[in-house]
Amino acid sequence: MTIHAGSPTAEAAVSQKIIDCDIHPKLSSANDLMPFLSQRWQDHLKTYGLRYRMGYQDGNPYPKAAPASSRRDTWPAGGGLPGSDVGLLQSQLLDLYDMEFGIMNPLWPTGQGVLGDEFSAALCRATNLWQLDLYNAPEPRLKCSICVPYENGELARDEIRHYAGDRRFAQVLLLSRTAELLGQRRYWPIFEAAQEARLPVGIHVFGYSGQAISAAGWPSYYIEEMTEHAPSAQAMLASMVFEGLFERYPGTRIVLLEAGLAWMPALAWRLDRLWARMRDEVPHVKRPPSEYLRQHVWLATQPMEEPDNKRHLVDVLDWIGHDRVVFSSDYPHWDFDDPRHALPPHIGPELKRAILHDNAAALYGATG
Amino acid sequence: MTVLEQAAAAVLPAGSVNCDIHHPNPTMRELMPFMDDVWRDLIAARGITQLDSIAYPGNAPLSCRPDWRDPAGGLSATPERLAAEALDRLGARLGILNNLCGVHMFYDSYMAVAVTRALNDWTRVEWLDRHDGLRASIVPPLQDIGAAVAEVDRCAADRRFVQVLLPSAAHQPYGHRVYWPLYRAAARHGLPIGIHAGSAYHHPVTSLGWPNTMIEDYAAQSQIMQTQLASLVSEGVFAEFPSLKVVLIESGVSWLPAFLWRFGKFWKGLRFETPWVDRSPTEIVRDHVRLTTQPFDLPDDPGVLPRLLDQIGSDEMLLFSSDYPHWQFDGDAVLPSGLDPALVRRIAVDNPLATYPRLMERHS
Repeated sequence: MTIHAGSPTAEAAVSQKIIDCDIHPKLSSANDLMPFLSQRWQDHLKTYGLRYRMGYQDGNPYPKAAPASSRRDTWPAGGGLPGSDVGLLQSQLLDLYDMEFGIMNPLWPTGQGVLGDEFSAALCRATNLWQLDLYNAPEPRLKCSICVPYENGELARDEIRHYAGDRRFAQVLLLSRTAELLGQRRYWPIFEAAQEARLPVGIHVFGYSGQAISAAGWPSYYIEEMTEHAPSAQAMLASMVFEGLFERYPGTRIVLLEAGLAWMPALAWRLDRLWARMRDEVPHVKRPPSEYLRQHVWLATQPMEEPDNKRHLVDVLDWIGHDRVVFSSDYPHWDFDDPRHALPPHIGPELKRAILHDNAAALYGATG
Repeated sequence: MTVLEQAAAAVLPAGSVNCDIHHPNPTMRELMPFMDDVWRDLIAARGITQLDSIAYPGNAPLSCRPDWRDPAGGLSATPERLAAEALDRLGARLGILNNLCGVHMFYDSYMAVAVTRALNDWTRVEWLDRHDGLRASIVPPLQDIGAAVAEVDRCAADRRFVQVLLPSAAHQPYGHRVYWPLYRAAARHGLPIGIHAGSAYHHPVTSLGWPNTMIEDYAAQSQIMQTQLASLVSEGVFAEFPSLKVVLIESGVSWLPAFLWRFGKFWKGLRFETPWVDRSPTEIVRDHVRLTTQPFDLPDDPGVLPRLLDQIGSDEMLLFSSDYPHWQFDGDAVLPSGLDPALVRRIAVDNPLATYPRLMERHS
């Protein structure tokens, strides 16, 4: 079926329900979390501030493409940062595209990856309370993510258990640049608790691992940081497979956010070949890596790869599996994807509907 | 030659080149004759016996195909035996030796310079001089870029050296200006830069730290290549050195299209940051970058390879390799099945000759 813009069929396609798996609510600063912190941690924050595994007090080692990394039209008229005004978020995103719901992924300064495990835990709790009070209460279509102090598996597990069963939370959220590879044992309590709570684990790119952001050392440019998230995610998934994470916690559902998707087939082929050759190194890995990846990993679209020949994107979506790709807009960031235009018509209306809505509904349905 | 071996010799068209062959790492004892007295004394006194990296544990399956191990199950080889398996058996005329001795792992730059120099001389005397079909890559001491340039200049006088060989990762991404004198030297001599799987291990092999398994380490090599390509393009290496070719060796092929789509999309939005990148990364990479064919990561589905080749979009980028003695394939299945014979000819003959101009010279 060919869809022409403006035809009734096209209108129907546009008016279908959409689920957005990557929306960024925004703290104007860590001070927004003060009302949700104990006196001890308020004093600590005031005196010592946030310290990450990188040098700047405020700002990014790889400066962004735009102020607050955001679309110019997303700054609230009444002040505050893009993503901080629920009304604007409704009018520019949820209402404009008639969204069924969206998943909030707060990125900074939420306490995730902050040095000091207990401080990180206190900040993450505050961020979770902040999401509930300022976003989910006035707009229930905005589902919260459980931010966890992921560098300490036990404290992260405690935070997940605290909110287990609360259907206002749709997933556990991690940033991708963890201090060590996420398949390793120190992080297992996170996946144990997520499995117990039947929550997907969303992993959004960025964060500060303390390692050079590439295995070749520190690159110079933001474009390299952005590009490098894909290889980094590939290493993360290889770790999960070969450490036996999916064997240990078979209920694990990973949602990769902003890491791209087209690389997944080549990764799976490579891991399968190596597993076939050296499976005696990892006897706890019972099946070909591609089977674990196919079963346990979902990929969010934005920023969707753009081959010159759109047929190539269809190849890749076929290889990944049509039920494992979910739509994400990345609102309000500069590289926002518009659900009306981000998916090329070549993929056909059925797959488009699956990506824009059905796959995420199945993934988050139990909590959404 | 048995009947079976004669049949196998038809694998490649006449004049083919095997662009990635490994002669065994030398022991320090083998390198001693090529070092000054002071280094001979120091290395003996300090008990340094070998420099093998953790990338290829000797007994690991990947490190050597079972039928290519020596009678004791080890990795030793002779030029004759290597040539029989990596050239004659496949019907290749020439092969390029890439030594993986871990000289890049040194932190002492003086020691690195001395041992690297010995390594290149050992390759010349013990391998190139002993088989006419062999060519080799120059290993430069990256710890001291001035010395690395001098070493390239010294070795390049012997025209059987056809490439400058770098490990997949050193101290900084390869686009950084610290490496540009080396690229200038390579371009001056008409030598491509080869980047080969296996890190210098000055950083963890992933951007998320050290993996616990060899499988992950080896899988990560194709991830490091993505980093290096992003760096080489973004820093403007190919704008500065328009004749330079870079060969990505033993690091897979299948990842390339998806990498270029992501990188190319960001370039559209972020090109203000690197204005010297004045055309799309895909175009730049197609013009300047080549990849060797082993390993070639593919699923069982034979329908994938034609789609993947269409995505790569160029018949000039692939260079034939067997990756001897690493265990990438069994029997004579050295190429992915289903390749058109005309494409095999490009991969095994035309592309190598275009990439390595010195291969067209006759040496007797």
